[in-house]
Order: sequence, then structure tokens, then C-alpha cells
Amino acid sequence: MAKPKTLNIEAIPDRNSTDGNMLVRLEQVRKYFPVQSGFLASLLNRGHIPAVKAVDGVSFFIRKSEVFGLAGESGSGKSTVGRLVLHLLEPTTGKVTFDNIDLESLSQEEMRRMRFRMQIVFQDPLASLNPRMTIGQAIEHPAKIHLTKLSPNARRRLVLEILNAVGMNPPDAFYDLFPHQISGGQRQRVVLARALVTHPDLIVADEPIAMADVSVRALLLDLMMKLKEEFDLTYLFITHDLATAKYVCNRIAIMYLGKLCEVGPLAEVYQHSAHPYTRALLEAVPVPDPRHRRTESMPAGEIPNAINPPSGCHFHPRCPIATEICGIEEPDLYEIYPGHYVACHFA
Amino acid sequence: MPNDILYSIRNLTVEYQTRAGPVRAVDNVSLNIRRGEILGLVGESGCGKSTLGKAMMRLHTTPAKITSGELWFDGRDLMSLSDREMPNVRGAEIGMVFQDPMTSLNPVQRILDHLTETIHTHEPETSDATARVRVEELAERLGIQRERLNEYPHQMSGGMRQRVMISLALALHAKLVIADEPTTSLDVIVEAKFLDLLKELQKEFGLTILLITHNIGVVAEVSDRVAVMYAARMVEVGDASDIFAEPKHPYTQGLLKSVPNILLDGTELYKMEGSPPNLLHPPTGCRFHPRCPYVKDICKNEDPNLKPVVMDQLAACWLYQETAVNGR
Repeated sequence: MAKPKTLNIEAIPDRNSTDGNMLVRLEQVRKYFPVQSGFLASLLNRGHIPAVKAVDGVSFFIRKSEVFGLAGESGSGKSTVGRLVLHLLEPTTGKVTFDNIDLESLSQEEMRRMRFRMQIVFQDPLASLNPRMTIGQAIEHPAKIHLTKLSPNARRRLVLEILNAVGMNPPDAFYDLFPHQISGGQRQRVVLARALVTHPDLIVADEPIAMADVSVRALLLDLMMKLKEEFDLTYLFITHDLATAKYVCNRIAIMYLGKLCEVGPLAEVYQHSAHPYTRALLEAVPVPDPRHRRTESMPAGEIPNAINPPSGCHFHPRCPIATEICGIEEPDLYEIYPGHYVACHFA
Repeated sequence: MPNDILYSIRNLTVEYQTRAGPVRAVDNVSLNIRRGEILGLVGESGCGKSTLGKAMMRLHTTPAKITSGELWFDGRDLMSLSDREMPNVRGAEIGMVFQDPMTSLNPVQRILDHLTETIHTHEPETSDATARVRVEELAERLGIQRERLNEYPHQMSGGMRQRVMISLALALHAKLVIADEPTTSLDVIVEAKFLDLLKELQKEFGLTILLITHNIGVVAEVSDRVAVMYAARMVEVGDASDIFAEPKHPYTQGLLKSVPNILLDGTELYKMEGSPPNLLHPPTGCRFHPRCPYVKDICKNEDPNLKPVVMDQLAACWLYQETAVNGR
């Protein structure tokens, strides 16, 4: 039977708000992207513009110094959440706070001055680096913008220090190289260095190791964890790879079609996953052991279109345990164990 | 040639002519693919695995060139075929599935037309109706609904498009399918289902599949045997169960240890130092020696050959070939 709603999602962030160690907080954040349509279509729709509901009512918080994982398939909205956290996108509705500051309330100038505290690292380091800027120039660039009081010499020293911290030794040898002259793994180190130069509080890492080779991935993950200690960082780690997330995240949120289906401490979510989608995702991860066989069958179909998401629980058309109520009523996140929240009528 | 071997690569070398000089992307590689098996070919980017896959169908284009070696497919010497004869093998007897199905399908052709056209090209005597029935039956078997055959590629999801690619190969009763990173653009759940399908097809149609991928987990899931490439060389070949249980080559050992395993409790990943070499100036001797934890003097100067270490498990490593040194 469907359980009664025990807890409203909006209550989640409040649980820990008193301890004052919260860095990021999202409250009922939505981001709709209007779909471009022709003149005739807009007449026929009479002002109603269809929209992609990339993020549809998401609430969570990230504590200082934690690694918060955000996982889901492509099209789930996880990257959009990353951009909303950094205020690179403005939410359609809802509130994003960073260190108890409502980012919406800031003027453009104030926001610009906040930026040095938050940085982003993307999947493709070659696309993130200007091919005509040397590595030194690229890393120095944020310092030039945000740390205006530093002399050129001090800036150079800072860049060399950071290069050293990300394992690019000797730093002098790399300073004047261009991105195409170094390997993919080194490029991602440079991108990390550039993100670190302003000593940010938060780094949003959007699939930071997805492009790297297997043998390089472990090194990059290890480096990210070392830097986290050294620079007292907080990570929002966006990934589609639950096996990798296991090695770095303290807490994890699973996203499906613009909504969170499960949030909690990593071990709790992995060992006691309560949402059928989380279970399917965990089951689907390829295991590097030929003796291993999958036990659960995979959900039917593929992730639907976010313009017209299914009614009720977005996962219900693919869900093995869905019943009538799932198509009608949307489940809220509620706590099934301290800190472990699930949005499923049958969890 | 023993009858159980469908495809035999003998001492194949493929070079790319670049302005900086020739780059050997595949260097003296030999590999046998047995009938009815799924052989996983793994390696990191730039190791030459995709070049090898393309060269096997002689699909490589300039500046790549096969400079030496032989390709034997089902008892025929593919290198001796003319460019006009090659298309009869390619696409018909050897099917292909690439990473991005969108670039392999014609965007302005319905799936049904694409499939029937492929049948007609290779079998001109087949009637429209027969071809159509064959396509529909096949589609159904692969989980593509009949109505969807009238759609265009852009209307389908990534997983569905990969099924169409496989059906192209099956429609012509291909003996071998070379699948180059077929699941890399797919999400995990879709990937899992596609891998299940590959295994079913292997059983049902006796299909032989060469699965080229960088994803060790995918290889473990479906492969009967595994071949590992490093810096243009084949470093280890053997049964999947043997290689995963007891990898012989230090590169394979490191590679397998660096793969995150969701089922293990450990929180530390093995970190292999260094990165794969630039093939313009590969290291002398064994190409892995600058990164190898067991490096010996001989490794720096002499190239190890791929030789059996134990039954049916071959490795190119001096650790297992002490005696071979004197014989050279």
C-alpha cells in the first residue's frame, strides 16, 4: 500500500540549518527552458509556450567540506542543477542560497564578486581551455579578474604554486606550454588549477573524469581528494558513473527527469536503495568481474521527453512495481532512515 | 588454418603518415578470433584498437596504411581482394557497429528503407516483399516495434539506433560483427540491455563479435575472451575468466586494479603512474617499461613477443620469458 506522506521536501534543508555548516541550499528550484517554435505554432498554442522541464522542483543542501554526488542518466537535469548552483542559470522559480546568501538578491556586480568563491570544472578540458592561451596565462586569468591587488610577480608565483599543487612538476616547464602540447590528464589538472587559483569554497565538477582513460581516472580522483583537504573545498560531483561516485562522495542524490528520487549518505543509498530507479541504476553498472551476473531485470524503455513528462511519478511507465496511484499522484521525498530520503509511494 | 578460427590477424602493422613522421598505430599485432565467441578488445585511447578494427575490414583511409601483415577471414586472404571485391565482404559478411549510430544511419531515409536497401545491394535477387518480411521479423527479434521501422533515425533513441545498426548486420547474416565502442554513447540501463541483446544474438545466431571498448566492466560482462592492447602492441590475450582472475602482464594488472568496482568495499583505487607514450617516439624495448613496477634491464632494450604463459593465456612480457632470452 502507498504510505502516507510523512515529510515535506521543504523541511529537509531546515533539519541541519542550525548547525551553520551548510554551504549550498536549493529550495524547490525549477528551471524550464522554453522550446523555440515557429510563428504559426505560437499562434495555435495561443501564448502557451511548451517548455523543457529540465529541473522540476529540486531541493537539497550541501554541507561545507563534503563531496555531494549528483547522479543520473543523460537528460536527467543534473548538469542544469550544477549551473543553477553557481547561478550561471537563473532558476525559473525557487531559491538558491550560497553560504546563506540568496543569490537571486545579489546585483550583477555583487554576484561577480561572489564568483571567486565558486568554480566549475567541465568534462572536456580541451574545450575548457583557450587554445591560444598558455597554461600559465589560463591559470592566471581568474587571478587577474578577482585578485586585483596582486602584483604580476605575485600572480606568477601563485600560478606556479598551484601548478605544483596539482602535480604538474616542475611548474616552470609547463608555464609557457599550450594546451595541445600536454596530455589529456594534464589538461584536466590545468583546469583544476585554474579553478583553484582564487581559493574557492565550492567546486562544481561536472563529469570531471569522464573523458580520461581508466589509468588516468584514478590519479585524477586521488588528486581531487587531496586538493579538497589542502584547500578545504566542497565538491558538487556530477556524474553518470555510480561506481566512480562510490570512491569519492559522502552523500549522493539520484536524479530522474528533473526530480530527485533518492538522497542520502552514500553507503546508505547504495546498500539500502529504496527507489526502483536507484536500484536499476546500481544494478546496471558494469562490474569488472566475469563471474558477476545481474539479478534484477532492467526497466523497460528509455528516459522520456522532458517536455511532456509522465504524470504522477515520472518513473512510473518504466517502473516494475508501479500501480495505479503512481500514475496519478506524484510522490514527495520523505525520510525512511535518518538522512535518507526517497520519493516513491512504495519505498 | 584450424576451422574454429573465423578471423586471423597475422603480424599486422598499420602506419599513419604524419608531417612529423610515420606513426605506427598498430605494430606487428596478431590475433585469432574464434567462431561464435565474443572477443573483447580493450585498451586506452590511442592504443590502436579502433585502427585495428578498421583495418580488419580494410576500412582505414589515408593517411593510414597497412604496411605489412595478413588478414585471413573464413579461409580467405582479405589483403589479396581488390577494392571492388571488398564491399562484398564488408557489410555483408562482416558487420559493423560504431559508437555514434547517428553518423552511421542516413538521416533522410526511413529505417525500413535503409534495411531493405542494404539487403538489395548485397542480394539483388531478393524480392521487395521477402526483404521486407525479413526486416520485420528481425526487428521484432531485436525489440524494435514494427511501426517504428517507418521512422527516421532522429526519431529514435540512442539505444534503438544501436539496435538498428545490429539489425543491418544480421539482415545479411554476417558471420562477424565488429562493434567499436557500441555502448559508449548509451546510458547505463540502456547499455545493460544492449549487452544482454548481444549475448542473446551470440547464442541464437552463432554470431561472432569483436567488441572494441575502453570499458573494462563491459568486457567483463559479455566477453568469452579478452585481448589487451597497449601503445600499438598486443600485450595479453586469454580467456576472460583467466585474465580477470589472474592477469599476467603488469599493464593488464594495473588496468584491472584501477577500474572502480561498485561491489567492492575498498575506497582506494590503484593508481598507475605515468601515461601512455606518444607513438611518434615510443620507448625502446617493451613499451610499458617506463611505467612498469617490475621493470628489468632487458625490458628497456628488447621487445618481448606475445607468448603463452599458461594454457591459452598469452602475454608479451619478459617476466615470463626468461628462457626465451637465451634462445634469441
